[in-house]
Amino acid sequence: MMRAHAVLRRREGLAAWLMVAPALLVTVVFALYPVADSLWLSLHHIFVGIPQLGSPFVGLENYQALLHDPVAHQAFVVTLGFVVLSTLLELACGLIIALVIHERFRGRGLVRGAILIPWAIPTVVASQLWRYIFNDQYGFANLLLFGDRVTDYIPWLAYPSVALAVVVLADVWKTSSFAGLMILAGLQVIPGDLYDAARVDGATVWQRFWHITLPLLKPALLLALLFRTMDAFRVFDLVFVMTQGGPGDATQVLQFYGYQTLFTEGRIGYGSAISVAVFLMILALSLTYLRAIGSNLLERRGS
Amino acid sequence: MKRRILLAVGIFATVALSLLPFLWFVLTSFKSQTEIEAAPPAWWPSGSLDFYRSALFDHHLFDYVLNSVVVAGSTTLLALLLAIPAAYALARLTIPGKQGILAVLLCVSMFPQMAIAGPVWRLLDALGGLNHRWGVVLPYVALTLPLAIWLLASFFKELPPELEDAARVDGCGPWGTLFRITLPLATPGIFTAAILILIYAWNEFFFALLILTQPEQQTLPVGIALFQGEFTMPWGELAAASVVATLPLIGVVLLCQRWIVSGLSAGAVKG
Repeated sequence: MMRAHAVLRRREGLAAWLMVAPALLVTVVFALYPVADSLWLSLHHIFVGIPQLGSPFVGLENYQALLHDPVAHQAFVVTLGFVVLSTLLELACGLIIALVIHERFRGRGLVRGAILIPWAIPTVVASQLWRYIFNDQYGFANLLLFGDRVTDYIPWLAYPSVALAVVVLADVWKTSSFAGLMILAGLQVIPGDLYDAARVDGATVWQRFWHITLPLLKPALLLALLFRTMDAFRVFDLVFVMTQGGPGDATQVLQFYGYQTLFTEGRIGYGSAISVAVFLMILALSLTYLRAIGSNLLERRGS
Repeated sequence: MKRRILLAVGIFATVALSLLPFLWFVLTSFKSQTEIEAAPPAWWPSGSLDFYRSALFDHHLFDYVLNSVVVAGSTTLLALLLAIPAAYALARLTIPGKQGILAVLLCVSMFPQMAIAGPVWRLLDALGGLNHRWGVVLPYVALTLPLAIWLLASFFKELPPELEDAARVDGCGPWGTLFRITLPLATPGIFTAAILILIYAWNEFFFALLILTQPEQQTLPVGIALFQGEFTMPWGELAAASVVATLPLIGVVLLCQRWIVSGLSAGAVKG
């Protein structure tokens, strides 16, 4: 009897491995190995088109160069600015969206669907859309603001700080609903009797929001912040389509700089170093967040 | 009363801000070139279909749509095919190193595309996958697997285990149990995963840009990002192509809103 059990168990273990193996194989080949390869490449000098130079091992030289590269500094600052501005705005807009679609009203499904449309639209389409809206001649922004006073029309994307603001706006439009859904999930687990009790005690709508909703929403807000931050850090499509990093380097972000270095200039070693640096930054960020969320969950359990 | 007014304002504002910007593209797609270029540009279109015709026949729109359908469809099928058994095993069976596998998958879902772009390109170059549609399907599958496996595993865990135990007692092996018992029960979860993978693959731009360099193989996002005219930017054709690229998504979102909401918020609750 025991023997039969052991055989069954072993057979189940084998089946389990067979079930996981194909997925694991694809993950290893197309995600894990490439990261390791990036790391390896970043320790070399490799230039596409100059094969006679070979690919000498240079240790951390590329990373040293990265520390003293003014464009990389600029891209870091711009990326950071983009991440902070867009995630904060998205969290604020997402909170409003979540509060609205959490209510019960007729046609709520349709409203939820409508709010999800910007999230479902390809980022490339959203980028072209906002680029067109802020076009200097044909754009809706100018038409709305100045009507037929065409001499007043503003070339929005030609101004460095305005261009970054427009890119942020496009991102906020596109992804606030995603943040909204994460926050909605948090709203749905707040027990309703808390509000009833507060109402009995005479708390106003605002007091209920500040003292019940917001504190209990903290884990969901942190999680939305985590997802949005990591996604904003990877911004590429918007910049590629809307500004190509310009005007000047005003919207130059790390991922776009890495792309240019790797694929336009063919500096494989240096480009890989940029990629690895971005990867490490995201890793550090997510670990920090996860720790914050983890301790938050523990706090909740304890109380 | 005050609350109801506030809610009405909230509903109106969020819906209007979500839809109005894209409406400008919809309007533009039905304009004529003169209406676009007028100073100031015309508000309302005369209802011309010229831009759709020109986008289809002069700007490879037909190729882009076909390629997107093939790429998004095969990514979804392949990713589900790999994710379903993996998620089942991780949710129900005993595997050594389960926590490690789940942690690695979570880690992969956070990868910036740039961190793997160069090596993936070299890999596909070696495999002969550059400029082939299957060349983007492989990385898409790898990048959607973590989400699909996490989503499905958490769904499988919520199913009552009694049925599966009964099947097991009756001599059904793990594969038989998965296909005969669990899978039929898990259709809503699989549907949710399928929608999310489909939207990802339909919208992905970065890898498609690197891997597909000929219009005959390119997907809609690449086509739309690289849209160019001979002398000026063809905004009308671009708007028409954008409407074509977005229409199926709007349909999916309006019809499947419930599954998307549950799928996206599943991670948040369990977080």
